[in-house]
Amino acid sequence: MEHHAPTTEFLGMTFNLSNILMITIASAIVFILAVVTTRSLAMRPTGLQNFIEWVMDFVKGLIGSTMDWKTGGRFLFLGMTLLMYIFVSNMLGLPFAIAVDSELWWKSPTADPTITLTLATMVVLLTHYYGIKMKGAKEYGRGFVSPLKFLFPFKIIEEFSNTLTLGLRLYGNIYAGEILLGLLAGLGGAGIAGALGAFLPMLLWQGFSIFVGTIQAFIFTMLTMVYMAHKVADDH
Amino acid sequence: MFNSLILGAGFAAGDILFQLVAFIVLLALLKKFAWGPLMGIMKEREQHIANEIDSAEKNRKEAEAFLNEQRDEMKRVRQEAKAMLENQKQMADQQGQEMIEAARLESERLKEAATAEIKRERENAVASLREQVASLSVMIASKVVEKELDERAQKQLIDEYLDQAGDQK
Repeated sequence: MEHHAPTTEFLGMTFNLSNILMITIASAIVFILAVVTTRSLAMRPTGLQNFIEWVMDFVKGLIGSTMDWKTGGRFLFLGMTLLMYIFVSNMLGLPFAIAVDSELWWKSPTADPTITLTLATMVVLLTHYYGIKMKGAKEYGRGFVSPLKFLFPFKIIEEFSNTLTLGLRLYGNIYAGEILLGLLAGLGGAGIAGALGAFLPMLLWQGFSIFVGTIQAFIFTMLTMVYMAHKVADDH
Repeated sequence: MFNSLILGAGFAAGDILFQLVAFIVLLALLKKFAWGPLMGIMKEREQHIANEIDSAEKNRKEAEAFLNEQRDEMKRVRQEAKAMLENQKQMADQQGQEMIEAARLESERLKEAATAEIKRERENAVASLREQVASLSVMIASKVVEKELDERAQKQLIDEYLDQAGDQK
């Protein structure tokens, strides 16, 4: 049961090859999914187009609930890509895990804090970028000392805690799910009694993990828009 | 397995870089191949629906205007017909009156003519009677003169002559 990551050194940086593989697979799946669903676009939507339009409307709703569409419209593509990428990533680790020579190859890329924190940091940096770009450096700076001056240190802490919670929430949920799935799989492989005992919890936990993975993708996208709204919207 | 739980344990700069690049590339690709066209078609549909609503509204307004026009026209035609009918009726009435008047005048004329005729005839009759009476008187007188007559015979004679006169008349 003791797995470790297949790492390698390249250009002075550590690469987790499992992550590289899963990131590539997740990206490819999202890309194929998106292209297939939008391949034959028609004014009268059918089948797959209905589905992807529903996703777009859903993200539109997320953005619309946090800021007005005029400022939020530009984040639509970011939101859709985030939602689908994280959702697909969360689902990847559910059906099975592949370990070769006790090196874990197949898992959710989001079950690694490096990946989730990268995404979280990227999102938070983007909020700062758009905050400066859309409101100007002065307004952006004023955001840190309003409504009261002494809140400044807390605002700075908030930025880091936002980043940490955003990334670690996703990581924690998915990683916990995978650990429990791994333990149940180990139990199931231990013997006939173990297999019988593990079957039902396995079923339940996989169903619950699908739910959690969906919810986490939604929460990550939602919070992205909330943080974005804090920085770019005039009110709040 | 648990060593990767600790953040500092497995710091993989390569993963960070790869994830960033992968996400940015994915975002760019999706924007070009999926979200862009999808957004386009949704905007297009929105536009289409808006246009359809506009044109439907326009058509409805046009139809309404046309209907009003037709209604006015109908009203006008009906009024015209009514006026025409009234005119005709009036004219017919007048004509009837005229005809009755003419008939009345004609009958009056005829009656007058008849009365005049009757009067003339009577005058003629009276005149001829008078003439006859006169001639009869002369005749009776001459008879009386001719022979003496007793009263009975005289009466008989007068009756006889009067009978004769009645026959002649």
